[in-house]
Amino acid sequence: MPGHRHGPDASAHQGETMTGAASLVRSLEAAGVEVAFGIPGGAILPLYDPLMDSTRVRHILTRHEQGAGHAAEGYAQATGRVGVCMATSGPGATNLVTPIADAYMDSVPVVAITGQVASGSIGTDAFQEADISGITIPITKHNYLVTNPADIPQTIAEAFHVAGTGRPGPVLVDVAKDALQAMTTFAWPDRIDMPGYRPVARPHGKQVREAARLLAASSRPVLYVGGGVLKARASQELRRLADVTGAPVVTTLMARGALPDSHPQHLGMPGMHGTVAAVAALQRADLIVSLGARFDDRVTGKLSTFAPGATIVHADIDPAEISKNRTADVPIVGDAKDVIAELVVAVQAEHAAGRRADLSGWWAQVEAWRETYPLGYAEPPSGEVSPQAVIQRLGQLAGPETLYVGGVGQHQMWAAQFIRYENPNTWINSGGAGTMGFAVPAAMGAKVGMPDRTVWAIDGDGCFQMTNQELATCVINDIPIKVAVINNSSLGMVRQWQTLFYNERYSNTDLHTSADGKRIPDFVKLADAYGCVGLRCESPKDVDETIEKAMSINDVPVVVDFVVHRDAMVWPMVPSGVSNDDIQFARGVSPTWDREE
Amino acid sequence: MSKHTLSVLVENRPGILARVAGLFARRGFNIHSLAVGPTEHPDVSRMTVVVDVDELPLEQVTKQLNKLINVIKIVELESSASVQRELLLVKIRADLQTRSNVLETVRLFRAKVVDVAPDAVSVEVTGNPDKLDAFLKVVEPFGIRELVQSGLVGIGRGSRSITDRALRSA
Repeated sequence: MPGHRHGPDASAHQGETMTGAASLVRSLEAAGVEVAFGIPGGAILPLYDPLMDSTRVRHILTRHEQGAGHAAEGYAQATGRVGVCMATSGPGATNLVTPIADAYMDSVPVVAITGQVASGSIGTDAFQEADISGITIPITKHNYLVTNPADIPQTIAEAFHVAGTGRPGPVLVDVAKDALQAMTTFAWPDRIDMPGYRPVARPHGKQVREAARLLAASSRPVLYVGGGVLKARASQELRRLADVTGAPVVTTLMARGALPDSHPQHLGMPGMHGTVAAVAALQRADLIVSLGARFDDRVTGKLSTFAPGATIVHADIDPAEISKNRTADVPIVGDAKDVIAELVVAVQAEHAAGRRADLSGWWAQVEAWRETYPLGYAEPPSGEVSPQAVIQRLGQLAGPETLYVGGVGQHQMWAAQFIRYENPNTWINSGGAGTMGFAVPAAMGAKVGMPDRTVWAIDGDGCFQMTNQELATCVINDIPIKVAVINNSSLGMVRQWQTLFYNERYSNTDLHTSADGKRIPDFVKLADAYGCVGLRCESPKDVDETIEKAMSINDVPVVVDFVVHRDAMVWPMVPSGVSNDDIQFARGVSPTWDREE
Repeated sequence: MSKHTLSVLVENRPGILARVAGLFARRGFNIHSLAVGPTEHPDVSRMTVVVDVDELPLEQVTKQLNKLINVIKIVELESSASVQRELLLVKIRADLQTRSNVLETVRLFRAKVVDVAPDAVSVEVTGNPDKLDAFLKVVEPFGIRELVQSGLVGIGRGSRSITDRALRSA
């Protein structure tokens, strides 16, 4: 769980008279904010004036508010701290809606601060007025509209507390312009008292023991690991649990890296594009222990046929996730770090008492799936570059210390499949919302939070065109990210569905970014125009050399245009709304299940 | 589907009604009625929400409601362990010929006449939803000209108070 950090001198300036805007800056400092991403405008102008003088809060001017929001998310996911973004009223604020929704779906701790028209004008359809607190009610963990300058410190303190504790999420604070301009007394609260918010519950001991009893007795268990384990920084504990139980482990799209991919019990990613072994193990399990996961439709496939024989232990910090989609037999509410640590002890106690089921039969079956249906891909026509090979080589050459930030689509799935994640929080992507355009700004935010780490954005030609303006922000602010554009000249995942389900009728998915000799735009020239280094790779023999060249440039952002085979598809696949039993290993090829169990 | 009555203690903040109503709408929960008003604590308001759901979705309703930061506490009021009331104001056609029959019905239901016109009477009835339904069924033949009804409010029987306990534990 990301901590609610207080700045080194939370009480400095206490009791001083200042403007609401200065009070807001002091509050951000007191909350421990080191960086904020945003764009000023009319209503938030008063805030930007004292912000200019802050020695603690670095403001990074983005080129679009959506970029600011995703940058805050990337920063938060890389560091575990609360990310901050800012925008002015009206369209500035509404441009934050997409990243806020994204952060809500993926439980990313973000505080968004927006300027609002003066309180006397609220409700009059004033220039650049939008009811952003009303708009964001469904997509924030909580939000505020502040019209009294005296409320600013308390509100900011609460916003960071709510965003960063419990199940993390975005919090929006909308501040009226006159509240920023008026004089007030800065009073940072020494404690936060919110009667309706008690985020952390200790896991119920009896439930944990019951889960341990089931784990020890199960002959076909699976640990189903979700993003909550990364949010709780519980990778060490998870590894212990895996070692102690000996159970197969699957990590969801949001949890890649929670257990090293090299761990022998790790079956990879479950779900629509998961490995056959991971999908099959969940389907055939007699016990699923879900840790910080939420039985998303992309994991379960057709819910009514998901894991029909499994008893469900569901541990989550958010009680509302438990039994939301699949009824839990043993619900455990708590932080994943606590739950897993206690589960380890309880399972060890079961083993000590001589209760331990034999998993050898289960492992024999799981290994057979792994061997028969390994992850792989079809080679493209001679001379064309395989997108999977590019991503696989990128992972091998950049290594497990690199942070990988995905866009949304085929390249995202391949990055989840073919990069070997050995460390937690090295894979950052838009899972729940599936926000195209996430990669470049999120990579920028991740690099700001982790300046000593190499950050590779793995993007598609469609995604890249949605947010590449933030390359300007990267160049100007010395944020040398690397971007691999997996350029198949189309909206690849949509095209894949058109290939499979719409009779190869490619309605509006051709982007003309490489096919048929067209490059609109030319990504190398575009990179050059932004002051980045632009590289292009169009031949399989140049892949390694191009990646190495990109790796050698660390003073400016690098954009690599990997022109790849456009008909490559993501496999395995469970088509939408279909049972996981009908997973296709390749087009039209489904595994033959052993029916004897 | 069955009706459940939830008492929801909320912080008395602007916008809380929108948060609660919006939650019901976007999660696809059906509100039968919703009443909101002050409590004995100036900072706390109380909503009584009647929802039309089965047992499992009801659990989701309360869990999702609990996630709203301004929601302090949720209690399901069982009809056997609580007093539940609605208020009905109804304008009944009543000329010289029918008025005495109307007034007799009003008396039988311990309702109250609150306004009289030459050809109508306005009546106030409080009670549980069953009583109000029964009343309306009886007066319907006279002719109902206008009808307005409050949401249900309810309070637990006995001396215990959900607000006391909620605020102590806060």
